[in-house]
Amino acid sequence: MKRQLTCLSGQFWLWPSFSVASLLPHQTPVTNSWLASSKLHSAPGMALQDVCKWQSPDTQGPSPHLPQAGGWAVPRGCDPQTFLQIHGPRLAHGTTTLAFRFRHGVIAAADTRSSCGSYVACPASCKVIPVHQHLLGTTSGTSADCATWYRVLQRELRLRELREGQLPSVASAAKLLSAMMSRYRGLDLCVATALCGWDRSGPMLFYVYSDGTRLQGDIFSVGSGSPYAYGVLDRGYRYDMSTQEAYALARCAVAHATHRDAYSGGSVDLFHVRESGWEHVSRSDACVLYSGVTEAPGARARGGCQPCPS
Amino acid sequence: MASRYDRAITVFSPDGHLFQVEYAQEAVKKGSTAVGIRGTNIVVLGVEKKSVAKLQDERTVRKICALDDHVCMAFAVLTIFIGLTADARVVINRARVECQSHKLTVEDPVTVEYITRFIATLKQKYTQSNGRRPFGISALIVGFDDDGIPRLYQTDPSGTYHAWKANAIGRSAKTVREFLEKNYTEDAIASDNEAIKLAIKALLEVVQSGGKNIELAIIRRNQPLKMFSAKEVELYVTEIEREKEEAEKKKSKKPV
Repeated sequence: MKRQLTCLSGQFWLWPSFSVASLLPHQTPVTNSWLASSKLHSAPGMALQDVCKWQSPDTQGPSPHLPQAGGWAVPRGCDPQTFLQIHGPRLAHGTTTLAFRFRHGVIAAADTRSSCGSYVACPASCKVIPVHQHLLGTTSGTSADCATWYRVLQRELRLRELREGQLPSVASAAKLLSAMMSRYRGLDLCVATALCGWDRSGPMLFYVYSDGTRLQGDIFSVGSGSPYAYGVLDRGYRYDMSTQEAYALARCAVAHATHRDAYSGGSVDLFHVRESGWEHVSRSDACVLYSGVTEAPGARARGGCQPCPS
Repeated sequence: MASRYDRAITVFSPDGHLFQVEYAQEAVKKGSTAVGIRGTNIVVLGVEKKSVAKLQDERTVRKICALDDHVCMAFAVLTIFIGLTADARVVINRARVECQSHKLTVEDPVTVEYITRFIATLKQKYTQSNGRRPFGISALIVGFDDDGIPRLYQTDPSGTYHAWKANAIGRSAKTVREFLEKNYTEDAIASDNEAIKLAIKALLEVVQSGGKNIELAIIRRNQPLKMFSAKEVELYVTEIEREKEEAEKKKSKKPV
């Protein structure tokens, strides 16, 4: 029953062992299919090695850091985690993204600066990735990892929609993403994302991290600028906000974060997921937005500094 | 001719039959009769209970099983397998594990259609591998989905499945199905009680000794599943017999 309990991607490993084993020249077809069919009932992975006892000469067994499910062969003397720590680029996960849910849907906002250390790789990148009509993801961490895993998530959700006749819920999408990524735990994936969507139970927001964390909540902010954004968000958030208030709050939070965090900047993207689907509301320059926000007469009264008593 | 093509499951006959699968369907026809009815707000499963041997513990002889029971939402999937009991036990076990795995991977409970498709795919796999024989069972699977719509599915040993409004499997399934085709009307399933009575009436067509040989279970929308005790079934049976007598009295009075 163990194999029944592995998730969907666990099943995927059984089929390659069947088809590749049938191509082996040394075995007769009958023994082949017997072995292959018995392989379907034994532990997943490593089936090729078991069947023909082949070991690549310049590989070693998997390092203890690697998850068991994959059956990885790595170059000799190489443990990915220590290797990356010593030789890998210094990836500072600089960004500010935030998402919060309220009565009229889920707001997702992010800055647009892609940084690589102190070098701005792209000042106008888009950190909010649409997954399907009713689901968006804000991305933080390694852009490449985020982009790849979102494509994999899109594929999974699309397949399930075709099979079941309806899209999976946001909770399902978050569960699938976190389960997929937790199989690569210890391999230095870095994906910190907030899934924002509207499903049968209304607006939903989940935070998913690449070590497998999966949290449901009302407000999440991710990235190096998140402390600054949280300050503004926690001050102004109410579940019963109007849509315009929500837009203003999101823009204000990201603008303040870009003002103080070196790794956030560029522009501010604003997305809104409603019952009818997601919508790109605006992209505004961060500096312009910040000066607009701090000069507004209400801003000073609400949150400006009190003059020191003299 | 049949004898040359029926030894191996994976061999087609020249006229396109998989004889082992058809023989498995024959095995199902030896099992007790079961009936499933999909009402507007209720689903009913009833099965003929063979009389229990004197020394056998009656409580352990249960044919209707729950595949999944979601505590918070009062959601359940009930099933009954007719045919080889041992095969049924194995498939029920796999289906129950799949229900929980689905919840683990995807957070949502299975839909009735999903678990039916899983069982049907499982049965089909066994009709297409060497060294194994098909499962000699047909199943009736009932339940409510999240959206509150009642569903009834039937699978057979070949691995096909269909949705039904009402169906019967097992011995005398044909008789019961004909009865259902005549008597399944919008009025007949209008209320929950009427749907239950229809199921019992359908079984009484073929069951010899009346109420004590019928096992019944229902799920009402948004309520947990309910297995009927023998006494409750008897109540319905007496009510049905009373109604029958009154109908006959009316008929006999008419010519006057």
